Amino acid sequence: MLAERVRADFPILQQRMNGKPLVYLDSAATSQKPRRVIDALVRYYEQYNANVHRGIYRIAEQATEAYEAARAKVAGFINAARPEEVVFTRSTTEAINLVAYAWGRANVGPGDEILLTEMEHHSNLVPWQMLAAERSARLLAVPFDEQGMLRIDEFDRLLSERTKLVALTQQSNVLGTINPVRELAAKAHRVGATVLVDGAQSVPHMPVDVRQLGVDFFAFSAHKMCGPTGAGALWARYELLDAMPPFHGGGEMIMLVHLDRSTYKDPPHKFEAGTPNIADCIVWGEAVDYLQEIGMAAIREHEMQLTHYAMHRLSEVPGLRLFGPESPQRRGGVLAFDLDVAHPHDVAQILDQDGIAVRAGHHCAQPLHRRLDVSATTRASLYLYNNEADVDALVAGLMGVRRLFAPKATRVWS
Amino acid sequence: MALDDLYREVILDHYSHPRNKGELPDPDIKVEGANPLCGDELSIFVKLDGGRVAEVRFHGRGCSISQASASMMTEQIKGKTLDEARALAGRFKAMMQGESVSEDELGELTVLQGVRKFPVRVKCATLSWVALEQGMDEFEAATGKISAKASSE
Repeated sequence: MLAERVRADFPILQQRMNGKPLVYLDSAATSQKPRRVIDALVRYYEQYNANVHRGIYRIAEQATEAYEAARAKVAGFINAARPEEVVFTRSTTEAINLVAYAWGRANVGPGDEILLTEMEHHSNLVPWQMLAAERSARLLAVPFDEQGMLRIDEFDRLLSERTKLVALTQQSNVLGTINPVRELAAKAHRVGATVLVDGAQSVPHMPVDVRQLGVDFFAFSAHKMCGPTGAGALWARYELLDAMPPFHGGGEMIMLVHLDRSTYKDPPHKFEAGTPNIADCIVWGEAVDYLQEIGMAAIREHEMQLTHYAMHRLSEVPGLRLFGPESPQRRGGVLAFDLDVAHPHDVAQILDQDGIAVRAGHHCAQPLHRRLDVSATTRASLYLYNNEADVDALVAGLMGVRRLFAPKATRVWS
Repeated sequence: MALDDLYREVILDHYSHPRNKGELPDPDIKVEGANPLCGDELSIFVKLDGGRVAEVRFHGRGCSISQASASMMTEQIKGKTLDEARALAGRFKAMMQGESVSEDELGELTVLQGVRKFPVRVKCATLSWVALEQGMDEFEAATGKISAKASSE
């Protein structure tokens, strides 16, 4: 099993919680980091910490080279046509906001429509609400069915000549649903709409090829793919970036500055005002190398098998209702569920005593939970280092939750 | 940190058999509280008689701590004046923030002291009390306005 080969790479997994091994099942929130990524961060600060794109001295050149090499690695990871199509940001959220401000304010106007889905993370929802309010545009959302699959018939019905932008996630952070992005992007382009994809949950877990998907904007981040926090990226076709006005103004993004006007650099630097997050972007490149050496297809295969196992084991827990598609082929390793006898906060609290880390709450997707008619869910999410023992520990922990609550209660929260 | 401190028998009993749960028609005070962390929502209804809490109910969804705390609160404030209820809310919040309080002051509510060891859950315990305080404030602001209006006519 893949997990047995890679677990030793992750120092954090070697520690014990309450005397028990750490069972980390919250990689959809943030992934753990392998030793070589942590070492690369230390190496940068110890050996060539310097600002990029300005110094003439040796370590400044070294830092600039490493920063741009990381951009090329990240670009290659999603099969971008060229490194200049990748703009470094601090997060997926910032990448989406960049599009909402720079592209949105120049291209969306009164009466235009922005088509979203009901399974979006708040980061691919709130920026569009703000844009729509400012530009008098309309927001529409495609619902999902009982299986957590996007309603393609509704997508077709809501898509029209008025649609200026389609913004959707490639993989839901709650349901695990993998959306047919390529098919939907092709339909959107037929009516002249631009397509933005939130890839925060997909890029870390499966092979992604932005050119094959045929989308226009693609946002994702480092920390969910074994990299550091504080680094994200926006990919877009070069012509699109070139035609867009800048986002933030300041140093690093200019050619010439006069008191009353400035000229800007070409993409991607046009969108990277100020000193960037040099260290974390460089180290992201190390995470890309790590994942590529293992192989994204192998990671996807491992997670699919483990998801299949987890779904089977979770079905043994009485009163547990798992959300999302039934087939592991159509979903990622994100398992959000409802347990009839206990609220998610209580579930997570009791699991924590056994060293099991899961997430409880609405996972930044309140409209999705409203649609499921629950206020919160418990979410266990898998990654390359998780194994069947982690799933077994989760199931044993949930049985413990039942023992504490079940004799006293049946469905006391809803 | 022992789970027994958090999930005391009394708490689990209030959770599984909540007292005064439901809605109240024509309440004098109706207020909604929410915990943005988890999306839990709770409504409180109070009917007054002669300046005292004649009836109180709560309605909503939430974790064992927030539900048990709300259930206990309804039992504790029945028959009290608004000033007495406000004082009790103040003592309860003080206890949850770490002050030591005696069982004479708070009675059964002291079982919720164990929640202090789990800082993220303190908000669950205080949710209903904070909502009650807000409801009383709104009620007194509104009735204050009504009596001021009456006296000016």
